[in-house]
Amino acid sequence: MEYAIEMRNITKRFGKVVANNNINLFVKKGEILSLLGENGSGKTTLMNMLSGIYYPDEGEIFVEGKRVEIQSPKDAFDLHIGMIHQHFKLVDVLTAAENIILGLNESTLVDLKRVKKAVAEICDRYGFVVEPDKKVYEMSVSEKQTLEIVKVLYRGADYLILDEPTAVLTPQETRKLFSVMRNMREDGKSIVIITHKLHEVMEISDRVAVLRKGEYIGDIMTSDTNPQQLTDMMVGRAVRLNIDRPQSDAVSERLRVEHLTVTDIEGVKKLDDVSFTAFGGEILGIAGISGSGQRELLEAIAGLQNEHSQGTVTYINNGVEMKLTGMDPLDIIKNGVLLSFVPEDRFGMGLVGSMHITDNVMLRSYRRGKSPMLDLKYPHKLAQKIVNDLEVVTPDIDKIPLRRLSGGNVQKVLVGREIEQSPTVLMTAYAVRGLDINTSYTIYNLLTEQKMKGVAVIYVGEDLDVLLELCDRILVLCAGKVSGIVDGRNTTKEEVGLMMTHLGKPAHEEAKA
Amino acid sequence: MTQFISLFTTAVRFGSVIMFGAMGEVLTEKSGQLNLGVPGIMYLGGICGLIGSFLYELHSPAPSGTVGMIIALVCALAASALGGLVYSFITISLRANQNVTGLTLTIFGSGIANFFGASLNKMAGGVGQISVALTSRAFRWTQPLTDGLGVVDKLLFNYGFMAYLAVALAILLSWVLNRTSVGLNLRAVGENPATADAAGINVTKYKYMATCIGAAISGLGGLYYVMDYINGTWANDGNIEALGWLAVALVIFATWKPARTIWGAYLFGALYWLYNFIPGLNRSSQEIFKMLPYIVTMIVLISVSLRHKREDQPPMSLGLPYFREER
Repeated sequence: MEYAIEMRNITKRFGKVVANNNINLFVKKGEILSLLGENGSGKTTLMNMLSGIYYPDEGEIFVEGKRVEIQSPKDAFDLHIGMIHQHFKLVDVLTAAENIILGLNESTLVDLKRVKKAVAEICDRYGFVVEPDKKVYEMSVSEKQTLEIVKVLYRGADYLILDEPTAVLTPQETRKLFSVMRNMREDGKSIVIITHKLHEVMEISDRVAVLRKGEYIGDIMTSDTNPQQLTDMMVGRAVRLNIDRPQSDAVSERLRVEHLTVTDIEGVKKLDDVSFTAFGGEILGIAGISGSGQRELLEAIAGLQNEHSQGTVTYINNGVEMKLTGMDPLDIIKNGVLLSFVPEDRFGMGLVGSMHITDNVMLRSYRRGKSPMLDLKYPHKLAQKIVNDLEVVTPDIDKIPLRRLSGGNVQKVLVGREIEQSPTVLMTAYAVRGLDINTSYTIYNLLTEQKMKGVAVIYVGEDLDVLLELCDRILVLCAGKVSGIVDGRNTTKEEVGLMMTHLGKPAHEEAKA
Repeated sequence: MTQFISLFTTAVRFGSVIMFGAMGEVLTEKSGQLNLGVPGIMYLGGICGLIGSFLYELHSPAPSGTVGMIIALVCALAASALGGLVYSFITISLRANQNVTGLTLTIFGSGIANFFGASLNKMAGGVGQISVALTSRAFRWTQPLTDGLGVVDKLLFNYGFMAYLAVALAILLSWVLNRTSVGLNLRAVGENPATADAAGINVTKYKYMATCIGAAISGLGGLYYVMDYINGTWANDGNIEALGWLAVALVIFATWKPARTIWGAYLFGALYWLYNFIPGLNRSSQEIFKMLPYIVTMIVLISVSLRHKREDQPPMSLGLPYFREER
């Protein structure tokens, strides 16, 4: 049987990280294939090799049975492969029609009349609505996505790849998208949809292929499977990590979050009515597919989302309550709240890459100084302590810019600096992302040490195995809402996995919808 | 009436100089390249045109104005395009900072032009100034057909050919940018090079071409100044640099639209020379009037920011280098 597209033994590495390991995937003519997997499982990387963004290190690609080399997006167009990226590739100040013909050079003069006619034909055929004269910056996200699809079809694509197309759409818009996808399938086009939403997989696709941590797990006809089986394939069996998890006997209420709602600039609710309590002497894990509101949650607590958030955050220390709502980070410090935050974006929010360790440590303590001159001795001592305690490998703490250190050492400096503030609340976002096993364990132990000192630790993580062994309780977020809070010692990977994808706790009303 | 005609014609001649500079820079900036070397490039165009025609007039036994003019044009275009090429190589291929490179080009251009300008003046005999009278006359030649039209002739048909060339070029550029596929691709490169790249447009090629052609056009401003505005002479007075910065201001005033540089340039010319026609000004109060073009530019900048119309904003990736790896 000849497949529309076949990828054989594809391997792609980024440095030491293997993003795709020996993957075999095929797409049949006239089918909708779901490519399912957690974040970081290598779905987008694999598809980028079809669209010419990346080139595979090993393996072969066949289109209609013929072996092809795809070196650039243009090669992909020529093979009638079109990909709609998560971040749209559109020029804002140009109109829809102008974006569609960009780079094609069909004629010396731009012939918009002909383009509009062709676009209208495509729209009629599949049920799109595109206003050719509308500028992209005036369009909604859904309109931009439609334009991207029409653009790809105008260029003659027969194989379409959609990278998490529903992430930015409302349910109504999603339904519209699915109906045009079905129309395209009827027309003989092959479609790959990258997603991690199980109900969408069940609704739209003919077949599902599952990736996990860069490995190809298998494929199955949608009609022969169910969400439970797909979740098992997606998260895999639990792995024992043997992270030490002692129980603290001094557990007390530390941070109470009530009805927290965060809205982004475009009016989309990133966090929706989130309530929970964090206790001193425990690690509260936050699980969820990335972009479910983790970032907004931590930033709202840290006072970085005041303009866009509603609800209250209450800090409790020795029985004294204080409302943090409306305070910016400086207010929080001035009020004596010892809140430490290890953000996801190390160099963007946490550290300055071109400064050395001592200066970076000083960012947290320069306010102590009373004289106009900097006190360099204290931060230098502190930096030396962090380097010694956490075994940071660096030639010199006062000379080498932080950017030149490896990711693990940079993270140690950041975590070390935040811990040295002797916090009462310690929030970390993806604290071990990109770190090797040993460094990861160092960080886990540091967090546990803080917990035993009575600190309320909030750990946002992506690896379920780690969350299950490190955290006392796990709060699961799903599309900005609390899907549930489970006991880390008595839950299973499957339970958390299902809660992340909407199908978890029956008490959660979203699951029924 | 005479005063008005005089102000009008001065404004047109002055405006033509900066119109060339601004048009070239509009083209360059549309590709996302912020070339602050415009004054330097105008200097290069001016001095090289002058050197070419001077050497021709000096060595030819029977020099002709037309040939001198062609030589001057070729020299000016080649020199200023070369300036653009150097700038392109440093900023596009080596990805150096565009502001620093542009300012360096301005300093380089003005230095080299004033050095050779002074040497030419010396070569020309020491006492007087250098003058390429024949060539300059060819540049300033006006067609005789409309001589009988009186005021209309004086206002509209009494300029050297380059003043008309400026207007024609502005209209042509406007047409290319807005109506042709090449123009569309170029605008996309300046707005969002990653998108242009993904659409199969050769970003590097477009940036090189726009910068070099833009520089060549800017250089014509310097040539027009030397050959027409100051009658084929040279003075180390820094005027070209001042005009170059006015051209950069005009780009902003015209909100990156070549057609708007036409009336914008004439308006700048009129404002700049207004002091000559207002009685009772002394040397110091004149200078306040010379500020008018810059003040108008600031007002435009403020009003454009307040209206926040996307079409009037600079190209979105202006001044930013493009790396393909950073998708």
